[in-house]
Amino acid sequence: MLDLSVSSLFAILVSAILVNNFVLSRFLGICPFLGVSKQVETAFGMGMAVTFVMSLASIITFVVQNYILNPLGLQYMQTIMFILVIASLVQLVEMVIQKTSPALYQSLGVFLPLITTNCAVLGLTILNIQENYNIVETIVHAIGAAVGFSLAIVLFAAIREKLEIANVPEPFKGFPIALLTAGLMSLAFLGFSGLV
Amino acid sequence: MNISDIIYPVVSLGGLGLIFGGGLAFASQKFSVKLDPLVQEVNDALPGLNCGACGYPGCSSFAKAVVEEVASVDGCPVGGKSTAEAVADVMGVEANVGERQVAKVICNADNKKAKEDFDYQGIIDCKAASKFNGGSKSCNFGCLGLATCVRECPVDAIHITDNRIAKVDPDLCISCEKCVKVCPKDVIDMVPESQEVVITCKNEEKGKVVRQKCDVGCIGCQICVKACPFDAIDFENNLAFIDYDKCTNCHVCVEKCPTQAIEGDINKRKKAEIIQNKCIKCNICAKACPVDAIEGEVKEKHLVLEDKCIGCSICAEKCPKDAIEMKKRK
Repeated sequence: MLDLSVSSLFAILVSAILVNNFVLSRFLGICPFLGVSKQVETAFGMGMAVTFVMSLASIITFVVQNYILNPLGLQYMQTIMFILVIASLVQLVEMVIQKTSPALYQSLGVFLPLITTNCAVLGLTILNIQENYNIVETIVHAIGAAVGFSLAIVLFAAIREKLEIANVPEPFKGFPIALLTAGLMSLAFLGFSGLV
Repeated sequence: MNISDIIYPVVSLGGLGLIFGGGLAFASQKFSVKLDPLVQEVNDALPGLNCGACGYPGCSSFAKAVVEEVASVDGCPVGGKSTAEAVADVMGVEANVGERQVAKVICNADNKKAKEDFDYQGIIDCKAASKFNGGSKSCNFGCLGLATCVRECPVDAIHITDNRIAKVDPDLCISCEKCVKVCPKDVIDMVPESQEVVITCKNEEKGKVVRQKCDVGCIGCQICVKACPFDAIDFENNLAFIDYDKCTNCHVCVEKCPTQAIEGDINKRKKAEIIQNKCIKCNICAKACPVDAIEGEVKEKHLVLEDKCIGCSICAEKCPKDAIEMKKRK
């Protein structure tokens, strides 16, 4: 019987967005977080691409885990199976974006195929299985994780846009100050830890 | 050992792979974007490393820029000449490329040859040291040897010798010019790979001052300028410059320079050799030779005088029958 109580789903959602934010608390998906966060617009595009991949990957890996791996006793193949799913999805997303939004495709650049190796996506799918989520919880968790990722990367991009014109000491210009900012954001998100 | 232990994983992974592969193949048809075939062709001619040395995010963006004629066909420093020619071929233009350029430290004054003004004990970094009275080296144009370029080099092609001077390994260099940009002393230049003779001094001070500071500096005597048989050396700001287009690596300047400020291994100098059965005894080579190193009149046997030949390869270029080969000396 599926447990569909709204409160528990809401808890999963808030937990994934704020408390266990994938980037700032679990430290997954740092590569695109630092790489595609120079402009809010591209950061948002990246967030959307990751959202799409995460949601679909969660559903498909849930099916793969419960209807292929578990019945056949192939749990040890989890990683390679999930990576196969994610890689295929990323290819699909790449084609769709190239067709529908060439500008976004240009600005995402090499980071789009890199979602393949984005540990946030693989981490999410494996966490879904570890937490024994059912299909609804899995979808909610995926959306939460994706929103959390998008939130973090868009906020970070917005701060970095401001930093571009800020008077930063010479040795801290560019990447160093970005890393410091990321650390401070992570500290700030720790403040949510008592929420759920 | 149950056979199903093998069958199940293989079938499930293979099956999923097939399904996804089929799906992607279908999607690639459905979502196909008409790319400029020219961009694709240029892209195929590139190394495909996506290293970004050209200044574009990756090979495909560079290919696009080439097709839009924003970037030049020889813009890929990693692919070098062969890539530039391939790209130029696709674009239907002539590749105007010289040979591969490698980084070269234009200073040979290690701490045995150049005097130190003081004992520098600060941060081990050329940028930091050069802020402090120009560094401890008495010559303000020399290599400080504090390894800023070593740390910058992405392929470990630079090392600091025991006597504290940077050396570039030309075989490892990928021509990315990162060291050229980072050097606070501006003492690294890009030099054609086959160039064997290089003036290794950047000091623009007067000869007497240079002499006091350094054993191997260019003192501006202009002996090399006069000695060069090909007018390949210019003189400006108390410094001699080699025009690499004109230089034939004949090593005459290396021999003449009184301070060994010109680097070059005289033993690597090539020598001309006449292939007698191709030679038609026309005497063109003997007339062209700048040092009269070929003896023999018209219709007589031609011979290269080994001790006179400077290996400039002028004769080999002039010979109408390709009867002269440039060989390494033993």
